[in-house]
Amino acid sequence: MSSLKARRSPLASSQEQIRQLESPDFQLPRFANKLKEAGLFPLKPKKIEIFQVNLGKMCNQTCHHCHVDAGPDRKEIMSQETMQICVDLVREHQFPVVDLTGGAPEMNPHFRWFVTELKKAGAHVMDRCNLTIILANPKYNDLPQFFKEHQVEVVSSLPHFSKNRTDRQRGDGVFDKSIRALKMLNEVGYGQEGSGLKLNLVYNPSGCFLPGDQGGLEREFKARLKADYDIDFNSLYCITNMPISRYLEYLIRSENYESYMTTLVNAFNPAAAGCVMCRNTLSIGWDGQLYDCDFNQMLDLPVESQNSRHIRDFDLASLEKRDIVLGQHCYGCTAGSGSSCGGAVA
Amino acid sequence: MSHYYNEADLAKFPQISEYQKAMGDKFFAWYGEVFKEGALTAREKSLIALAVAHAVQCPYCIDAYTQDTLQKGCTEEQMMEAVHVAAAIRGGASLVHGVQMMNKANKLSM
Ligand code: SF4
Ligand code: SF4
Repeated sequence: MSSLKARRSPLASSQEQIRQLESPDFQLPRFANKLKEAGLFPLKPKKIEIFQVNLGKMCNQTCHHCHVDAGPDRKEIMSQETMQICVDLVREHQFPVVDLTGGAPEMNPHFRWFVTELKKAGAHVMDRCNLTIILANPKYNDLPQFFKEHQVEVVSSLPHFSKNRTDRQRGDGVFDKSIRALKMLNEVGYGQEGSGLKLNLVYNPSGCFLPGDQGGLEREFKARLKADYDIDFNSLYCITNMPISRYLEYLIRSENYESYMTTLVNAFNPAAAGCVMCRNTLSIGWDGQLYDCDFNQMLDLPVESQNSRHIRDFDLASLEKRDIVLGQHCYGCTAGSGSSCGGAVA
Repeated sequence: MSHYYNEADLAKFPQISEYQKAMGDKFFAWYGEVFKEGALTAREKSLIALAVAHAVQCPYCIDAYTQDTLQKGCTEEQMMEAVHVAAAIRGGASLVHGVQMMNKANKLSM
């Protein structure tokens, strides 16, 4: 598996993805109309609580479902200059949570400096760590210790407690390495009661189906990971696969696109729609562009506020007044119990 | 081309209420109740449903409960073991009648 970009796939282009998603061939109701029916259109943001920074598309893995089209071949990463502007904004506006994502955010050479500065600025820092990065190179082996010293909340993908399911989605050998990395995190106190060090896991369905009930899956994951590997963690977040980028490619290739989109549309839940993450999150791209969420970022759909589309021109007042930019991919956030970077929402 | 079993018909299941609303409504309400988390977990119930779907050989139920067990996080091994349970009961149910055959044969034979 390599990135869509490396394979020169037409779907590497966000316009091509949008063309597929907005195609009238499938006769799916417009997402915006569904929101109108639910009395939520235009969708407006609330207070920004989560400042989500994408540190770049570079990653040691090339998972089949990746919505970022990340991989080792991707060189787009955030500069230290842009990070400094982020730190200044976090200090100025006191955004309570900074959520670091990628790619593998830890591969950005300024990652540790950035975390240290964000902590000094007073933010709670979350890192979306793919686990295998901890073992990818000796220079990353002490990440658990670094996370602990800076009280970083770790959020890690583990699509399944079965090796087979995990490796099929994330690549051969990923499961064994993830288990070793989880053990290293447990050893320094992550996921252990009373340590205050949070380790949350992310479950994505490994195929063309929606995630099941988050509570039931969490119980199953806890029991199996404890019994089979003596691993502890705090919460399981169930995240629906978004029909964009490499997951979109998989849907089209496996001839599941139409049935998956129909499943998402039929599972539209107005309660979940009211709680979508773009209402309290702002997403910052590796190049400093501003987006309503990481998915819009990957589709190159910037925030609507014309005068505040780049972190250099950050204007909180105009961002708070914006309409959120929507598309057919948004159905991925509103199906069933809903889906966000923090799991189910309804 | 028309088929006795058409994949798209599964989604039309609720339409059975059109010909008999009161009974249809009662069936779907009861069905929903049956599959709720209870003394058995929703996951255990889904695996039972998958096994029964194979015993009654209903293609709609097989599709529906393959998807449902996957959604509930069941592994392929668990799903196939459930099918083996159904098959073992079906096979056993035939074979245990062999005793009746033996009884009858003994009665008829010298
Ligand atoms: S899903 Fe995460 S770990 Fe996998 S390729 Fe994408 S960014 Fe990397
Ligand atoms: S895809 Fe982004 S913009 Fe659309 S509903 Fe989800 S979070 Fe909001």
